[in-house]
Amino acid sequence: MIAIIDYKMGNLRSVENALRRLGADFCVTADAAVIRSADKVLLPGVGHCGEAMQNLRDAGLIPVLRQLRQPVLGICVGLQVLCRDSEEGDTECIGIFDSHVKRFTPTPVLKIPHMGWNTLENTEKKIFDGIRSGESVYYVHSYYPTLCPDTIATTTHGVMFSAALKYEQFHGTQFHPEKSGDVGERILQNFLKL
Amino acid sequence: MLSKRIIPCLDVKDGRTVKGVHFEQLRDVGDAVDLGRHYALQGADELVYLDISASQEGRSTFTRLVERVADAIHIPLTVGGGISSLDDAARLLDAGADKVSINSAALARPELIDEIASRYGSQFVVVAIDARHEPLADGDEEAEAHWTVCTHGGTRPTSHELFSWAHEAEQRGAGEILFTSMNHDGTRNGYPVSTYRRLTSLLHIPVIASGGAGNADNVAEVLQQGQADAALVAGILHDGITTIPELKTELHNRGICVRIL
Repeated sequence: MIAIIDYKMGNLRSVENALRRLGADFCVTADAAVIRSADKVLLPGVGHCGEAMQNLRDAGLIPVLRQLRQPVLGICVGLQVLCRDSEEGDTECIGIFDSHVKRFTPTPVLKIPHMGWNTLENTEKKIFDGIRSGESVYYVHSYYPTLCPDTIATTTHGVMFSAALKYEQFHGTQFHPEKSGDVGERILQNFLKL
Repeated sequence: MLSKRIIPCLDVKDGRTVKGVHFEQLRDVGDAVDLGRHYALQGADELVYLDISASQEGRSTFTRLVERVADAIHIPLTVGGGISSLDDAARLLDAGADKVSINSAALARPELIDEIASRYGSQFVVVAIDARHEPLADGDEEAEAHWTVCTHGGTRPTSHELFSWAHEAEQRGAGEILFTSMNHDGTRNGYPVSTYRRLTSLLHIPVIASGGAGNADNVAEVLQQGQADAALVAGILHDGITTIPELKTELHNRGICVRIL
């Protein structure tokens, strides 16, 4: 059973749809016991990083997340809350990944939010099995996780940032695998096989 | 590098696509889900579904269609047509839309942009703008013309002007601007490229070009010289003038960064 954590940060339907297409058995939950006993945990999220941390705190899920030993995948803001901190609302985050979340600096040619399909580079580790550097994935975000020792893929939008992070069994993607066509589906499938 | 996006647009009435679409691979070309899946598999970067049903019954059929499309495709989905309240936007979000496109309702009550953006984020709000200009005198620059924003398919002029309205929409929290020139829409003679260039240099959010493409050259022009971030395409795909893979290959050959499967 895969637990998709529902902490009121955006619509979970596209993540649910993606898992359904892959034939995965999943539930949507905020129940600590269910999350602890799941085989794998997905932490999606769209919105403000500060609000995401507050909602996790209110649901009592921060210690639960920290103690998980099964594979975890944070997506977008779900990745950002697993970093050290975020410039968005000056937020202290959970600190699994050794990365800071910063705001893109707009320039005349650089559009913010970074929205659309951009290429993955320097991909490594298991969740990118079968994915070549140069494949495109879908992004929508204004804040990015910096490069750090946990970086397992990069993308460049004015600045090179962590497209994905991994620390022990914790994974995170700044892009949306559930919206990234066949490439994204493959990445989710690889995660489900961990 | 961030790719320029190619976005097929499907007009839907009572759950069926309305434009004549001819594809041998498709069993039922009127089926909006099959057609969306077909475009997604061909490499569409996003899909736009526009509800042109006038009735309340048509609206609820459209919501159910959005659910089916969201279940079937694995690329971003934008929906529009008749969205006039936060509740409409919420209903479509719940159905699985990644973005909503608003047009007339935002002109009638600009606060709607703020309301949707602050509730669901700017990435969820596309503001569509239809505008037209009076015939130009010799030597007049199209980008300097007075572009009057219109509603109801370009038939009703408003007091808004394109550039100031686009700027206001951005300030209010729009995540993207979808601009259609009613002077060019349906002509297949290309886009008002200099106007797009002025619009893209004015705004910090992405601009989607729409209406006027007759061939890959037109699309290339608006993405390169016009600096648009994406092109919405309908007729040239539905009528089989080009396909997404052909169009993207031609754009790639012109040095434009596109996602090729």
